[in-house]
Amino acid sequence: MTKITVSAKDLSHRYGARCAVRNIGFELRQGEVLGLLGPNGAGKTTTLQMLAGCLAPSTGTIEICGIDLLERPLEAKALLGYLPETPPLYRELTVDEYLRLAARLHRIPKNEIADAVNKAKQRCGLSEVGKRLIGNLSKGYQQRMGIAQAIVHNPRVVILDEPTVGLDPIQIREIRSLIREMGGEHSVILSTHILPEVESVCDRIQIMNQGKLVFGGDMAELKQTYPEQVNLEEVFIRLTQQEDKT
Amino acid sequence: MIFTIAAKELKILFSGPMAWIILAVLEIILAWFFLNQVDAFLAIQPQLTALANPPGVTELIVTPLFGNAAIILLMAVPLLSMRLIAEERRNQTLNLLLSAPVSVSEIILGKFLGLMAFLCLFIGLAALMSLSLYAGATLDLGLLAGNIVGLALLAASFAALGLFISSLTAHPIIAAIGSFGALLGLWIINMSAHDADSWLNTLSLMKHFESFNRGIIASADAAYFLLFIALFLVLAVRRLDNDRTHG
Repeated sequence: MTKITVSAKDLSHRYGARCAVRNIGFELRQGEVLGLLGPNGAGKTTTLQMLAGCLAPSTGTIEICGIDLLERPLEAKALLGYLPETPPLYRELTVDEYLRLAARLHRIPKNEIADAVNKAKQRCGLSEVGKRLIGNLSKGYQQRMGIAQAIVHNPRVVILDEPTVGLDPIQIREIRSLIREMGGEHSVILSTHILPEVESVCDRIQIMNQGKLVFGGDMAELKQTYPEQVNLEEVFIRLTQQEDKT
Repeated sequence: MIFTIAAKELKILFSGPMAWIILAVLEIILAWFFLNQVDAFLAIQPQLTALANPPGVTELIVTPLFGNAAIILLMAVPLLSMRLIAEERRNQTLNLLLSAPVSVSEIILGKFLGLMAFLCLFIGLAALMSLSLYAGATLDLGLLAGNIVGLALLAASFAALGLFISSLTAHPIIAAIGSFGALLGLWIINMSAHDADSWLNTLSLMKHFESFNRGIIASADAAYFLLFIALFLVLAVRRLDNDRTHG
């Protein structure tokens, strides 16, 4: 049996009176790529923020490789890499300086930092821009920087919030193959509203709408559950609109 | 981890023109005060020799110099502390620190120490300026030390309050104005005190700095500053922690 790396139970989050996420639960196994799918405002980003430890859930528990994220946050966060919706980049630093900082913040031993930074740069296609200031990089490169800082410490679980936003088609293809490649050793959770992306990179799919989980399973299960629908797009539209009516 | 964050703050501060400009402007203003003070001292020197127990060069130059440095810091610290958290929140870079295996207290302490390292540079320059008087006079080193300790505690108090106010907002300018208002308010709060025992004197930052300025290291004043620093650092930690619960 493969190891469970992320286990979320009964997660909810309220912003004041508005409930952004309602009783969500799922599990992720090692090596899997999980796609979190949903229309705008479905609660994807909030869910990922909670998984990354940036937002405390109102109810529910999260375990990363068996470590409770709320009770032992430092140990759990050491196993996580997180790319938020907006890459958290310091424009004043160069690519190398920034990645070294990210590596140090994730407690990589001093003598391994250079290797880790080089590897992350190589994987994200940043080797040529190491000396440049982040503020001068294009949007696509900044997005890659965001991914690089999330994987520099070789985390067990990588959380990516809309990783391919703002990239050109070639970069999108590169990033998708990077995500697939990462799926081999790490577990990846990514959120998106681009349906072909999910079909091409994800092992499993969770569809969210209005803060609730409306479907969870792999593509085969999806086809089984909704045999009359031809593709993911139709299932998606049916699921999200059905919810709107109720 | 605290030092990693402190080093990052310093690096970002010095990678833009802001830190250099602030440091240069402060230094020019301070040098102007210093030269004026030296001039004034030279003018009254002949009369001083006639006195039975004349005040020394340290009292006549260094004490007012550090008094002025305190007021300059009052204006400069809000400009430096405003971006510590507010800007990170606005640029959404706080997520890097929050998702890393670093506790909120480490983040706050790191940012505080980063700013303090910068402020110590300024205090160090003021101390060096005073020591340059050795070229033609002897200094009362005890008085100078009292002033350095006092100014460092005062700067740390300013930084702690500025850091807390920066944690309240996502707009650096609002943080700067808020910190400046709060610091100025605490500086002059004892103006309306009618007698020496008034509680307004207890609150006033200036009152507590004055004894250091005169060369007295009083434990009550030191305790005031240390409590002040601790209070606002704890409040800043609480505020940043609240971000996580309420989003």
